[in-house]
Amino acid sequence: MFLSRLSRLGLRIAKDSGQFSATKRGYFSRHFSHNLHLVNNCSFSTTTIGNVHEEGSEQKETISVTFVNKDGEEKLIKVPIGMSMLEAAHQNDIDLEGACEGSLACSTCHVIVMDVDYYKKLEEPTDEENDMLDLAFGLTETSRLGCQVIAKPELDGMRLALPAATRNFAVDGFKPKPH
Amino acid sequence: MGQLLLHGWKLISRGFSSLTPHPLRVCIVGSGPAGFYTAEKMLKALDGAEVDILDRLPTPFGLVRSGVAPDHPETKLSHLPETWKQIVVNQFSRVAANERCSFFGNVNLGTTVSLSDLCKMYDAVVLAYGAESDRYLGVPGEDLGGIYSAREFVWWYNGHPDCSNVSPDLKNTDTAVVLGQGNVALDVARILLRPINELETTDIAEHALTSLRESTIRKVYLVGRRGPVQAACTAKELREILGIKDLHVCIQKADLLTSAADEEELKKGRIQRRVYELFSKAATSHQQHDIVGQRELHFMFFRKPDRFLPSESGNTVSGVRLEKTCLKENGASGKQVAVGTGQFEDLKCGLVLKSVGYKSVPVDGLPFDEYRGVVPNMKGRVLSLDQAEHAIVEKGLYVTGWLKRGPTGIIATNLYCAEETVASILEDFKNGLLTPSSGSPKPGRQGLLQVLENKNARFVPFSGWEKIDTKERMEGELRNKPRKKITTWEELLLAVDG
Ligand SMILES: Cc1cc2nc3c(=O)[nH]c(=O)nc-3n(C[C@H](O)[C@H](O)[C@H](O)COP(=O)(O)OP(=O)(O)OC[C@H]3O[C@@H](n4cnc5c(N)ncnc54)[C@H](O)[C@@H]3O)c2cc1C
Ligand SMILES: NC(=O)c1ccc[n+]([C@@H]2O[C@H](COP(=O)([O-])OP(=O)(O)OC[C@H]3O[C@@H](n4cnc5c(N)ncnc54)[C@H](OP(=O)(O)O)[C@@H]3O)[C@@H](O)[C@H]2O)c1
Ligand code: FES
Repeated sequence: MFLSRLSRLGLRIAKDSGQFSATKRGYFSRHFSHNLHLVNNCSFSTTTIGNVHEEGSEQKETISVTFVNKDGEEKLIKVPIGMSMLEAAHQNDIDLEGACEGSLACSTCHVIVMDVDYYKKLEEPTDEENDMLDLAFGLTETSRLGCQVIAKPELDGMRLALPAATRNFAVDGFKPKPH
Repeated sequence: MGQLLLHGWKLISRGFSSLTPHPLRVCIVGSGPAGFYTAEKMLKALDGAEVDILDRLPTPFGLVRSGVAPDHPETKLSHLPETWKQIVVNQFSRVAANERCSFFGNVNLGTTVSLSDLCKMYDAVVLAYGAESDRYLGVPGEDLGGIYSAREFVWWYNGHPDCSNVSPDLKNTDTAVVLGQGNVALDVARILLRPINELETTDIAEHALTSLRESTIRKVYLVGRRGPVQAACTAKELREILGIKDLHVCIQKADLLTSAADEEELKKGRIQRRVYELFSKAATSHQQHDIVGQRELHFMFFRKPDRFLPSESGNTVSGVRLEKTCLKENGASGKQVAVGTGQFEDLKCGLVLKSVGYKSVPVDGLPFDEYRGVVPNMKGRVLSLDQAEHAIVEKGLYVTGWLKRGPTGIIATNLYCAEETVASILEDFKNGLLTPSSGSPKPGRQGLLQVLENKNARFVPFSGWEKIDTKERMEGELRNKPRKKITTWEELLLAVDG
């Protein structure tokens, strides 16, 4: 386990020169705790990468999900069944925040399901999720909170967009006064 | 392993740092969410950044400690071992533990250090000191006893050392009026109405718990100048207060009637729609109303305060005169505003909490928009006026959080706000605007330490706060609560000495 993490870390470093900039990353130690949690609760082996189709069995251990970032760049990742899209995004260096680490207190993990058919396959958001979605930037009809969307076989092939940067805090119509 | 990952991060970001001849010395004033998110983003973006966070209190985290209500439900999410408040605190504490970051508590911008001191010592100064004053209503009688701003009341029950002496009298009356219907108004109303045993296991200040235990307040009026469609609260907070055990909720059904303009607002606004639905449901749901001493929450819409009425002694409040309002569309903005109808009614009460918004205060030498109560800025760069009244950028001076946007938004909003300000700093840094091309580099932390020493000012480092934290938790444990807050300046500083 230790070793496989190490190698993943190596991977992460190597990958970094790639498409997602290092300055936009989430919390490191959080990634770590998510990893741990995952290992403990989902008996997910870090060596299982890629879809596992067992002969004669419909069971898949991971599904494919594509994240589309603000600039339209796409990244296809494998998400183990049972894992939230927030955790999966963090494990794959995708620029999705998650300030409250999945406690439904922030809405910074907002994702947009790009295909209505997939959106319909998701369980209805709870009141609590809707309460936080209310506060999300750039909300759409198919918005969800990434920490609440859990991978299940029917979601294989889902595409999730990160909301475009609509975060302009510049003071509108500011008329400076002498001081 | 946490170490390892952090180490991994260093490996990654080192690539960026070769550009830095000497560290970029950044000072952040205010250790609330805006300050800490800024520090976090700054440290991550630039390996050569050195960040000092100043706060006037010996304790960090701003409104996370002194604003967020103590009674928000513990997270029910089984896979999370902690409440989200603790999660945020842990994140911020990890930032403070970064070797390139230092916390200087008990350092007040304006008295301990001046803005011009800081600008001389640091390459970049980021003001994140929040909004620590109140919007005024400007109606007669506002200074009577028994009238408090929600900020004071919140600081009192959350143990802020500036308000441990507020001691509102909760025993002389059965009625409290809260003016405003935002989330803060709901917080203070909920604290007054919640069964005491549900507060006992929270970290609410001990003095507030004692006072609330003896409280005779049974009725709370939440008064809004507009209607249920325009209420400023959000669904989560409304749901929380409506869910208080054995609470009788009163909403006039007539107030729920909507105009065409209201319908339009509901169509456009998802928050409004969901809040309105909750009001409608609460107005029609059957409630038991025969419990002795049952507490009541009255939502009063379309009423604005006209004046406060003095008691016979003339010193304390005995009621509020309200003017009925109706809504009028405000031309350009399309917003509906409240206008008085000339009809008045008096509401008797012995306690008034004004919850009509916070307001920031300027410090010497800082451009400030008095009307909006914010620092004029362009994506976080502080703007001032030159002699020809043109807006110019104050080099090396930035702003973030409530001081930048005004007093709205939840904790996480400050993350985006900090992101924007940090992006501006990085851009200016890349363009060579922050580091002098000639001359000696600015002294940063060393300079600050010198100024503090010269002034004989004693600062509280993060390890000092950790001593406070340990003591509070230990004493809390004995009382079966997360912590027992230390609520006076003297005791806080004493705890730092261990
Ligand atoms: C009553 C209340 C309850 C809230 N509850 C929630 C909630 O449940 N959930 C949620 O998400 N959001 C909540 N919010 C909103 C959230 O607290 C704010 O969005 C956030 O705290 C603003 O961050 P800030 O850093 O700009 O200001 P603050 O958090 O106010 O931080 C400012 C810091 O600056 C320091 N300071 C002030 N003046 C000086 C000075 N002169 N020199 C040095 N330091 C100084 C202060 O001591 C403070 O630590 C609540 C707000 C209020 C008012
Ligand atoms: N749990 C949480 O997430 C939480 C908890 C607390 C606070 N917060 C956040 O913190 C921010 C501040 O909250 P807040 O409640 O202080 O501010 P707010 O949401 O802006 O509410 C202010 C209230 O005061 C009223 N008001 C303003 N001026 C008035 C006047 N002159 N006369 C009568 N009424 C007046 C407003 O009515 P009008 O609408 O008519 O102007 C509104 O009802 C908000 O963004 C809030 O969401 C979040
Ligand atoms: S991470 Fe905060 S709501 Fe999903």
